[in-house]
Amino acid sequence: MKPSCSFPEKPEAVYYFGTCLADLLYADAGMAGIRLLQREGVRVIYPRGQSCCGQPAFNSGFQDEAREVAAQQIVQFPKNLPIVIPSGSCGAMMTRHYEELFEGHPLQEKAQSFSARIFELSEFLVNVLNVKLEDRGDPVKVTWHSSCHAKREYGLGDEAKQLLCQLKNVELVELERENECCGFGGTFSVKFSEISGVMAQDKSADVMQTGADLLLSTDCGCLMNINGALEKQKSQVQSQHFASFIWNRTYVG
Amino acid sequence: MSAKANHSSHKLSEKSFLESSGSALKNPKLRSNFKRAMNGLMEKRRDIFPDASELEETRARAGGIRRKTLAHLPELLEKLEANCESNGIRVHWAETTEQANQIVLDLARSANVQLAVKGKSMVSEEMHLNAFLEKHGIEAIESDLGEYIIQVVNELPSHIIMPAIHKNLDEISDLFHEKVDPNRPSESAEEMTATARLILRQKFHDADMGISGVNFAVADTGTLCLVENEGNGRFSTTLPKIHVAVMGIEKVVESLQDLPPLLKMLTRSATGQPITTYFNMISGPRREGELDGPEEVHLVLLDHGRSKIYEDELLRETLLCIRCGACMNHCPVYTRIGGHAYNAVYPGPIGKIFTPQIEGIERVGYLANASSLCGACVEVCPVKIPITDILLRLRRNHVRKKNDRHWTDLNGGKSLMELMTWKGWKQVLSQPNLYRTQASLLSRIGNLLPAQIPVLREWARSRSLPRFSKKPLHRLVEEAGIDHE
Repeated sequence: MKPSCSFPEKPEAVYYFGTCLADLLYADAGMAGIRLLQREGVRVIYPRGQSCCGQPAFNSGFQDEAREVAAQQIVQFPKNLPIVIPSGSCGAMMTRHYEELFEGHPLQEKAQSFSARIFELSEFLVNVLNVKLEDRGDPVKVTWHSSCHAKREYGLGDEAKQLLCQLKNVELVELERENECCGFGGTFSVKFSEISGVMAQDKSADVMQTGADLLLSTDCGCLMNINGALEKQKSQVQSQHFASFIWNRTYVG
Repeated sequence: MSAKANHSSHKLSEKSFLESSGSALKNPKLRSNFKRAMNGLMEKRRDIFPDASELEETRARAGGIRRKTLAHLPELLEKLEANCESNGIRVHWAETTEQANQIVLDLARSANVQLAVKGKSMVSEEMHLNAFLEKHGIEAIESDLGEYIIQVVNELPSHIIMPAIHKNLDEISDLFHEKVDPNRPSESAEEMTATARLILRQKFHDADMGISGVNFAVADTGTLCLVENEGNGRFSTTLPKIHVAVMGIEKVVESLQDLPPLLKMLTRSATGQPITTYFNMISGPRREGELDGPEEVHLVLLDHGRSKIYEDELLRETLLCIRCGACMNHCPVYTRIGGHAYNAVYPGPIGKIFTPQIEGIERVGYLANASSLCGACVEVCPVKIPITDILLRLRRNHVRKKNDRHWTDLNGGKSLMELMTWKGWKQVLSQPNLYRTQASLLSRIGNLLPAQIPVLREWARSRSLPRFSKKPLHRLVEEAGIDHE
């Protein structure tokens, strides 16, 4: 978990980096993140030219391709504003690997500034905006999957869980082996699909074991993977990005 | 001994890894053996490190000692050699495993050795020493109980510190009854240990050579340190008239003061033990007036690709490893497929970074891809090896290596397909307008894509396909009038 001094004062405006997975597969989660920020009186700027942090190629060893795509992102966020992102995994890519990726590159300085301004959504809501939530939803039992990249690479704390704990009708049941990988790992999931598939099935079995109605997480990659395994096993358990979940329960229509 | 245990390296290919991991995943007994054993080891480690901040301090200290050592590796090795020699330990250098084997064989032949007893040593596994000696008419008996068990059934270690962990008690009991001694009771662990002890005592007595590994070699004093729990290491290094220690060149430390933090981290990370049962410090052959100890002590220092690894600042960190096995105990891949599936001497996360570097990235690069990059190994490593960063580097080196050759020649065109995929990916994602057109297209037809497309087919083996949003986020954002600058 980051020390509190690494968070800024509440800004007037923030940039939002939606991520490619949210753009294509979890658009509602991306939008919910924006709404949660706006509700706190923060102006949200969504640069239209953004696409992907470059992680898929970077993690596959295709550094040049990753750099070209990453460079395209950096130039979209020129002002000195925080960049909020609804994914710890993409956050880890941008904070941990851009330095190396842009070493000696004309964009090196801009890349450093870009990396330093990245904040994962839940930590921004808690540590910068000090969000207070009022639950308007029905009683529900949820469980939580901790994304490996968010926790170990990005260093994300338990802010998202803190937000869930503010919701009075939400019962959070801890997942056994909460910190064990769900097996996604980007291209690992298709290159080594048998191993990845067993990991996903084990994770979904743990999820079902909790008796929860819903699985929540900070990361769309994990959600896509675990949800796929749950559906394949015809489980009734649904999955959702935590931003969608929180927004839907606290939104005043 | 059959070829099965002699050489695993010929099976180092992506295809054989996919096959062996696939069949391991379909073996419920193997999976439950590993799951139970690894859960137990994780729990023991967790219990012995109750204070997270103290753990972090000790990891930093142990890692610091190893890093300091590596920074001065060439000088320390020379110092070690000089001090060993002045203690009467003969030092031999081997660049390759073939040379190391030859050194051991020459020593054995010059003393007319027929039987050697071995303490557990991963470097000797790297050398495939048992098979080599056997081929030259010298019997080499493993004396570590786990190693003894797998030697009896002609298998390879499935874990670097618990070589027979893939077997449960019933399986071991059956093999004792069948292969070791049908006339002795072999129901309980105690009975089997008693049987093995009886057999091994005689072997210790009869052997002319003892072979061991080295956990740490102290440069300042010329001392070889051996960590073990069964006392077999002490027997192997004191009873036979010749003791040969084999060691990777990275295992040196500077001074005796460096040992306590490393020992503390080694036993606790490995088995959750606060202290090892036997800690042997070997500082030379039997001296005049001493009652026991070998007449000769030899140290074989093996390079086997380590100098090459040493050249790169990041990859060098691979050599920090103290071989505790915590990375495999905590690896979600290793705990599911087990050690044999890797077809390599070193399985699990450390094997994924070490094997491609010693066996060649071009041939074994796929191992670096066989990870979800979850980082559980990095979290528990007692010397803080950045395993995921090294995996990423190796993946990159693997791709570069392929760039140097013709992609079409590789992997039956699969590699070319991968290259084209990432080139295409880059084209689309680095051009906003093109990306947005493609994203809109996917939101309309993406959910109609047939699961027979190769990549989707792999995904769909155990998961339903992801569903594209009706409208991409960037469209929703536009419709909601969110600012764009």
